[in-house]
Amino acid sequence: MNPAGRIHVGLDLVRIGHIEASVERFGSRFLDRVFTEGELRYCMAERGPSASRLAARFAAKEAARKILCVDDEPVGWRSIEVVRASSGWCDLVLHGAARTLARRAGYVGFSLSMTHESEYASAVVVGERRRRKENR
Amino acid sequence: MKDDIREILHEHARLTQDARTLADGADLYQVGMTSHASVNVMLALESRFDIEFPDRMLRRGTFASVAAMRAAVEELLAASDVRMPQAVSA
Repeated sequence: MNPAGRIHVGLDLVRIGHIEASVERFGSRFLDRVFTEGELRYCMAERGPSASRLAARFAAKEAARKILCVDDEPVGWRSIEVVRASSGWCDLVLHGAARTLARRAGYVGFSLSMTHESEYASAVVVGERRRRKENR
Repeated sequence: MKDDIREILHEHARLTQDARTLADGADLYQVGMTSHASVNVMLALESRFDIEFPDRMLRRGTFASVAAMRAAVEELLAASDVRMPQAVSA
């Protein structure tokens, strides 16, 4: 990442089957550690958990971690949340440690796009930071 | 304990090398450990050792090597005052 740049991009790709396997293996322990109540409400609203939706949200969280430069900082998965508006558009909402990291880095906004196909889910997060002189 | 950790890595981490033969300090992220795999490994460690990783330990470094995971598990076992036979004899 260019620390002086204004626009930063994070991308992640997740194999849907791997998320499905975690749900089968660990059940609610996996779901509750990684996803917020709101995310689970949407992803599990129909006939049980939707692995593709969960995988897309996992990719979004990981993409966000990339542009936040989460290295050895303790940032829980639930502190990065995908919120879906009634229109269907999804936004990124940060809480706790993730929000602190974003503020420290000077981020003023994020944009999120997710997609999934038969085997893979992917997400792109674009973040805008204040210019350096505004970041003081 | 290290053998238990290696078995968990072998089963859950999808590494590019056999976890059972990795050096204690080998960087797992260099041999294919992903963020998702680290969640699986964490949950398996919790089940195996009857512990729970607090948010403060959900760091990349906690799951970076067999040695790092052993240190984390030992810290949590000490905190909960739980001693398992395998943990003592490892």
